[in-house]
Amino acid sequence: MGKIFSRPEALSDNHTHYCPGCTHGIAHRLIAEVIDELGIRGRTVGVAPVGCAVMAYNYFSCDFQEAAHGRAPAMATGIKRVRPDLMVFTYQGDGDLASIGMGEIIHAANRGEKFTTIFINNAIYGMTGGQMAPTTMPGQRATTAPTGRNVEETGMPIRMCELLSTLATPGYIARQALLRPKYVNKAKKAILQAFEYQMANKCFSFVELINTCPTNWGMTPLNALKWAEDNLIPYYPLGEFKKPE
Amino acid sequence: MAKVLMKGNEAIGEAAIRAGCLNYFAYPITPQSEVAEYLVKRMPEVNGVFLQGESEVAVGYMIFGAAACGERVMTTSSSPGVSLMSEAISYIAGARCPAVFVNIVRGGPGLGGILPSQGDYFQATKGGGHGDYHLLVMAPDGVQEAVEMTMMAFPLAEKYRGPVMILGDGLIGQMMEPVEFPDNLYVPPTNKDDWATNGMDRRGSTKKNIVKSLYLDPKVLNQNNLTLKAQYDQMKREEIRFEAYNTDGDYQALIVSYGTMSRVCKTAIDNMKAQGLEIGMIRPKTLFPFPEKAIHDAAAKESCKKVVSIEMSMGQMIEDVERSLKGKREVTWFGQCGGDIYTPEEVAEHVMSLIAS
Ligand SMILES: Cc1ncc(C[n+]2csc(CCOP(=O)(O)OP(=O)(O)O)c2C)c(N)n1
Ligand code: SF4
Ligand SMILES: [Mg+2]
Repeated sequence: MGKIFSRPEALSDNHTHYCPGCTHGIAHRLIAEVIDELGIRGRTVGVAPVGCAVMAYNYFSCDFQEAAHGRAPAMATGIKRVRPDLMVFTYQGDGDLASIGMGEIIHAANRGEKFTTIFINNAIYGMTGGQMAPTTMPGQRATTAPTGRNVEETGMPIRMCELLSTLATPGYIARQALLRPKYVNKAKKAILQAFEYQMANKCFSFVELINTCPTNWGMTPLNALKWAEDNLIPYYPLGEFKKPE
Repeated sequence: MAKVLMKGNEAIGEAAIRAGCLNYFAYPITPQSEVAEYLVKRMPEVNGVFLQGESEVAVGYMIFGAAACGERVMTTSSSPGVSLMSEAISYIAGARCPAVFVNIVRGGPGLGGILPSQGDYFQATKGGGHGDYHLLVMAPDGVQEAVEMTMMAFPLAEKYRGPVMILGDGLIGQMMEPVEFPDNLYVPPTNKDDWATNGMDRRGSTKKNIVKSLYLDPKVLNQNNLTLKAQYDQMKREEIRFEAYNTDGDYQALIVSYGTMSRVCKTAIDNMKAQGLEIGMIRPKTLFPFPEKAIHDAAAKESCKKVVSIEMSMGQMIEDVERSLKGKREVTWFGQCGGDIYTPEEVAEHVMSLIAS
């Protein structure tokens, strides 16, 4: 019998530093599978964020750049403009993209930059130890919102797909989740679709992935999956928000 | 090549192209927006890249992304914009990428003014961003030198794998002078396959390249900083550039001055000479590395009674002059930084009163 399951070539064989039950690893794997399927590893450059995935370059086996906090879309713009033949993706957390990097992502999307952004929404600042993110849910506890997010003071969580979809520039904008196999399969399709649009030089492409952060949510991995399904998915609906044409 | 009459800002843009830099990203700010207005027309003619970014913060990282691919790339800005780029400059230095930054300095702090200034000396030479890094900083005294230094900046950035800054000022950006673009200053780009993220296919390799500045292991981070330090030490040995003006004979005082200010000082020196008063000048062309020895030796001359740092800033370069003199001579400061530039008469008057005192 032949091999039916193995590590994608685009993933390195390094152990990740992610916490048990964290869904960052699933996101990495899906991207790597897509890179393999498209046969583009030799011309792909990833841009790592500042967040738990800062060392993503250790886990992929293609070229990688490490951005400053929030600036990955500007770096990807620089890469793609000077080397349009390269396939470029940014991998960014919600603090990175929706807070400090809000300006960079909106303008890259609005210019229709031909790269792909994978947006990891775990409703928290993972790396720095559980502070409130722009995506943290009302009432959700964080170290800087110890009694739960007070929307009177901090506003409502930002929905990036919806926000980016308002731009008149054509783009591919989708949100999927990494909470159950059926979602994971759809997430993979969305990532593949996003890379294909980039490959056809069609438009900016953006896939948000609802993730878990069991460590900073203070939950077991299983409870984290359930909490996300009950609380995040109703507020962050899954699906395609925008397609080019 | 024949000389052409060009505005400083436009000449800098053309010089970049002549140096083989076909990638330009920028955000508008007075007094340097003409670089972008020139290159938006010129880049398409050479199949180059022009992009107006959404902010200097973003532009800094567009430069980083492009430089990390191993491509020659430049941005131009002015003081408040360079403050915003300083985060990226620190990352670029830490990640060891060649890139060229031009600062056409205006008055500060804050929004300051739009007239010429040298108020960004500290920012340029002591590191505007965080961490242990330096820029190689060149300060032109006119349009011709701005062209030459811009052309030299790209190979120098590649030699040291780091950011190089051209520190001009609003006057150099705005004034028109006859210039030529010396072909011999074009140096072909180095091969960057051993580190650049230019794609494994392009370099025919199966080994990925990573461009980064994060080193959590203290020993590895220290090593990266030692590598950078070794480069700065090499710059101090190989890249110091300066002009000695009227220093062959005896002189009663030594001026240290750079950029636009040094042009005025030269006229003042010529005028004083006509009246029988000899004044020498050392003009640093590189601000980092700084011509310490040249200044030290010129100030040590028997006849030289006074040393004065004449700046369009409130006493910034004087700190490097002091350091150069190693306590053997005193140095005083003369300057203003609102946007007005001293006349040769004002400089001469000050120097003469200094000698008389
Ligand atoms: C300019 C700057 N400000 C703050 C930080 C500290 N910092 C590092 S990661 C991070 C938040 C990361 O959260 P997120 O983007 O949601 O990623 P996650 O770790 O959750 O995947 C912050 C605030 C930094 N590195 N740089
Ligand atoms: S802190 Fe959260 S996001 Fe970061 S690795 Fe751990 S579980 Fe994942
Ligand atoms: Mg997060």
